[in-house]
Amino acid sequence: MAKEFDLNEVEVWDGNYATSQALRQAQIDVVAAYPITPSTPIVEGYGSYVANGYIDGEFVMVESEHAAMSGCIGAAAAGGRVATATSSQGYALMVEVLYQASGMRLPIVLTVANRALASPLNVRGDHSDMYLGRDSGWIQIDAFNAQESYDLALCAFKIGEDHSVRLPVMMHQDGFTTSHKAQNVYPLKDDVAYNFIGDYKPVDEMLDFTRPVTHGAQTEEDWHYEHKAKQHKALMDSRQVIDQVFAEFKELTGREYKRVESYMMDDAEVALVLLGSSVESAVLAAKQIREEEGIKVGVIAPRCFRPFPYDLIRDELDRSSLKAVCCMDKSAPGGAMGALFNEVAAAAYTTDSRPLISNYIYGLGGRDFALDEAKRIMREQKAHADAGHITTNIQQFSGLRGPKLGFYETRRS
Amino acid sequence: MSRGVLATDKRGIRELGAEEKVGWDEVTQGVALNSFVGENENAAFLKAEERNYNDFSSYTATVASWRIIKPVYNRDVCIDCQNCWVWCPDTSIVSRDKQMLGIDYDHCKGCGVCVEVCPTNPKSLLMFNEASDNDEELANWPAKEKKVK
Repeated sequence: MAKEFDLNEVEVWDGNYATSQALRQAQIDVVAAYPITPSTPIVEGYGSYVANGYIDGEFVMVESEHAAMSGCIGAAAAGGRVATATSSQGYALMVEVLYQASGMRLPIVLTVANRALASPLNVRGDHSDMYLGRDSGWIQIDAFNAQESYDLALCAFKIGEDHSVRLPVMMHQDGFTTSHKAQNVYPLKDDVAYNFIGDYKPVDEMLDFTRPVTHGAQTEEDWHYEHKAKQHKALMDSRQVIDQVFAEFKELTGREYKRVESYMMDDAEVALVLLGSSVESAVLAAKQIREEEGIKVGVIAPRCFRPFPYDLIRDELDRSSLKAVCCMDKSAPGGAMGALFNEVAAAAYTTDSRPLISNYIYGLGGRDFALDEAKRIMREQKAHADAGHITTNIQQFSGLRGPKLGFYETRRS
Repeated sequence: MSRGVLATDKRGIRELGAEEKVGWDEVTQGVALNSFVGENENAAFLKAEERNYNDFSSYTATVASWRIIKPVYNRDVCIDCQNCWVWCPDTSIVSRDKQMLGIDYDHCKGCGVCVEVCPTNPKSLLMFNEASDNDEELANWPAKEKKVK
């Protein structure tokens, strides 16, 4: 039996440590992991809890991230509660196996400390790795600070393990800005946290010898399509379960989460849409610019990146007062508009209000996103709103040295 | 077992029309394929034909259509050494109580390993065209080869 861990009402934890504590309280059976900056302390923490008797679990050291996720799949198919952590290049190496996990409907939790993808090699935070997994069939939830890392890691188990969902869940936090920044965190007591998640109820587990089962079967053109459609339906329908789990979490802790967080949107004339730790900067900038210059700015932050909250994003955008929206992507777009721009614009297109929507690429490789820059972008959105069309290139780059870089101009006038 | 399932019988999952019958909402979650219907605690102690195999078990399905040549088994020459049973990569040699019964043509892919490892003279298993008639081939089985000194 695992020892109880003494916790204070308020702890000073960084995002990684908060996440590792959530993993401990979930009483995970197996962690198969390979270390990579900046996510290493998550699994390092789990390893120390195992070694010191705070958890009855198995830490499996493997030779790569591909093997780490493969080990997680084996353990999850056997019938265990399983989690691991990774970042960046490790995440990229895991990608092949991410699709296996979701296709096999195994509710593994992957805690990601977001980091840029090489080349050039870079350990700092951006959302390249998170974006890389967006078609992998996983639920992707984004934490903006250390408290949220802890809270959402607990929620991740409860969401993925729900029998109507049975999908793996990624809990993202920004590398360094969240993963390594110590903040006040209010943890739950061990038994309260565990009871919130509940006992793991396996499905088709391989260790049930009375019902032998094959996992990971091959299907060709005759069956593959039906299985992928069923998987997609489960992912789309997980929206209701995510809402339900967030509601139960609020009941327990008073801390409220929504699939789309929004700030000051009721009367907003312009809005920023963005993810991760930048959300808090944008909200602060919006508050200041409202006071200083009277520009009514709101902020929209998809807490849930997959399933993409098309429904709630559209609700936020469908306001007659809202004139201009800037979608900010912290990932190199690779020859297209940013993913957030594409998806938000598509959702907005089916509304009556159809605000002007432009795109900023920002923060690549951990480039700072400061309040002054956030306010400059807000002023620019206000100029779009006043002119009635986008007055700059549709896609621009924030905080980039050298000549101005931008692409495409609007055809609306 | 004298004739068995032939490739030309078209008894595969596709030929049976399963893909027409099962929609996306009916396929199993995560492509998990249960071997048996319900609980089968003692499956390991039952003979294969006594087990309650699921329709989606590969035991129930046939892959005979993969085969273009087939082994034919001659009981008159066989010494029940079990070599073919041991070597068959698809457990398609049917043997009970160390007595060779024949070939599971539902799952045999026609690789010919059983013929290769058969030690008798003449061989008790030989490969023939899929469409050939087993009884005819048995009637024309080659004679024992004399040892050349």
